Amino acid sequence: MTGAECTAEAMKQINPDVVAAYPITPQTNIMHSFSQFVADGIVDTDLVTVESEHSAMSACVGASASGARAMTATSANGLALMWEIVYIAASTRLPIVMNVVNRALSAPINIHCDHSDSMGCRDTGWIQIYSENGEEAYENTIMGVRIGEHKDVLLPVMVCQDGFITSHSVETVELLNDEIVKSFVGEHTGHYPLLDVDKPVTYGPLDLFDYYFEHKRQQVLAMENAKRVIREIFDEFGQITGKHYDFFEGYKLEDAEKVIVCANSSAGTIRVVVDELREKGEKVGLLKMRVFRPWLNDMIVEKLGKIKAVAVLDRSDSFGAFGGPLFSEIRSSFHEVKEKPNIIDYIYGLGGRELDIIQIKKVFNELEQVKNGNVGDRVRYLGVRE
Amino acid sequence: MANIRELALTNERLAPGHRLCPGCGLSIIARAVMRGTKDPIVVATATGCLEVSTTIYPYTAWNVPWIHNAFENAAATISGAEAAYKVLKKKGKINKEIKFLAFGGDGGTYDIGLQSLSGALERGHNFVYVCLDNEGYMNTGIQRSSSTPYGAWTNTSQVGKIHKGKEQFKKDLTAVVAAHHIPYVAQASSHNYMDLVRKAEKAFAVKGPAFINVLSPCVPGWKYPMQLTQKLAKMAVDTCFWPLFEVENDKWILNYDPGDNKKPIIEWLKMQKRFRHLMKPENTHIVEQLQKNVDFRWENLKKLCGKG
Repeated sequence: MTGAECTAEAMKQINPDVVAAYPITPQTNIMHSFSQFVADGIVDTDLVTVESEHSAMSACVGASASGARAMTATSANGLALMWEIVYIAASTRLPIVMNVVNRALSAPINIHCDHSDSMGCRDTGWIQIYSENGEEAYENTIMGVRIGEHKDVLLPVMVCQDGFITSHSVETVELLNDEIVKSFVGEHTGHYPLLDVDKPVTYGPLDLFDYYFEHKRQQVLAMENAKRVIREIFDEFGQITGKHYDFFEGYKLEDAEKVIVCANSSAGTIRVVVDELREKGEKVGLLKMRVFRPWLNDMIVEKLGKIKAVAVLDRSDSFGAFGGPLFSEIRSSFHEVKEKPNIIDYIYGLGGRELDIIQIKKVFNELEQVKNGNVGDRVRYLGVRE
Repeated sequence: MANIRELALTNERLAPGHRLCPGCGLSIIARAVMRGTKDPIVVATATGCLEVSTTIYPYTAWNVPWIHNAFENAAATISGAEAAYKVLKKKGKINKEIKFLAFGGDGGTYDIGLQSLSGALERGHNFVYVCLDNEGYMNTGIQRSSSTPYGAWTNTSQVGKIHKGKEQFKKDLTAVVAAHHIPYVAQASSHNYMDLVRKAEKAFAVKGPAFINVLSPCVPGWKYPMQLTQKLAKMAVDTCFWPLFEVENDKWILNYDPGDNKKPIIEWLKMQKRFRHLMKPENTHIVEQLQKNVDFRWENLKKLCGKG
């Protein structure tokens, strides 16, 4: 199955009440499959084929506030267009699940993978979960429903997968059976739904300087609660599947001296290189980020604290900042820690530029210098002509 | 249909105590429209005067389930609510008959929300959209919209040595909506209360989308004494600047024809200080242009209604 088909399969098993979506490459394949499930009556979902992504998220807000389980999916410019309502969805505390098939933002227009879209809305108040492959996109989507809907969280969840690389590549996938997913996600009951007409509620009032700040503070607490809830859901999922997920997942980290940190599909490629170099006796490892929001400061320190040299791979840039978003986050986590690795950043893969084994070897090679204290440029560019 | 005495005894769905301006047309219209159905309703409201004045946290004037999402998406938001209702009803989680209503101003409907409205109409959601047309961005401090009349002063169509107010004619949104061939479209005015309620009843009764465009005089934006709101609304109709009509299943019906009593547009203009500059002799050509446009649209409408 492709990553897009995996996502559609998860949506089929979740059987959401409302899906509102608008076409954009490479997300479209999710909705092609899902629309077939609707057409065949396999799901009860009302598929609202809106006239823009802005309306997709707006309709999800209306549906979720009404007490429905609502989902959508998008990519790049679609996510940028809906940005206003992405922020509103989180601030209104609506547990919408959205699959983002990562694609580079325009301009120039490009349809291929990078993370500028989802990283561009890292401060919108959504939980962000990244997926290495189709199977993870499938699992993260199912878990995302439970995480967002938890009464201590009530936040929307963004599940990311790499455009084309994951969404359009065929891989063998292990799926759960329908009944297991159905009972795992459970029945959805809205939180003060609009459709409870006997108890009228007002959503989205004017909230000025005397209350707005407190509401934002509550959102922060919800994100804080999400740290515990995500752990619980990962554990519960692990008991069913035997697969134990974490916010950050290490590969051959024990005794490792040089480590690459990345998100999404690059982890697969890097793992191959780690294995190859390990065979040659090099102490290398990989740390894959699964959850970007909420950010687990302590865990990143725990996982990387004893490593000598770390290269962060950022598939999006933050123009004018010191390094990409993942690098900034990790470097900041180590600020008050005494014993810490030398950390460098590589911006790579923009607009779908392929990350190949040679590039990864180059990174490990350069980390050798960093390990020895010659840090050089903190922020570097990988695989670009300059 | 209930008479006005009976209507007055129905529960208020928008409670008093909100902070709209004295003399504002919005609450008159919103309350009248919500009297158009006895069923429970869910209301979405676009950003604008009605929204900010009725829901200053921690207070709300709404006695019905109500949602404000953003400026341009009241129609998309209510689409989502209506879709949720359809599914949850089918699943047996809800058994009540619920109606869906969206309010937007002219900014939120003629301009920034037009796409969202068009999409929702085309998809055929079962909802009523009411445009509260006060002919400008009044909530943000009186800027021109595509609904602002020709010649009108606003803060972004200033009157100066070169320019004399807005230089474009008002968009004919009701006709734009009618071109979606939805079951029910109407134009109404707050001064004809029973006509407005009757239209709201029809709109709620049809299956599928319905749209009512209601002219809503604005005291600070149009600049007139607050007690004249209904007189302003009536004069807009008597000058045929704002005709009352309905389009029912594509059949155009004229609801009111002043005939020989059709007033010249200047009668409406001179009641409002936003047109003050048009009273100067050097600007009479602007009034003439506006009159021509009003006459042209009126004759065209009569033809559509089989009265031409």
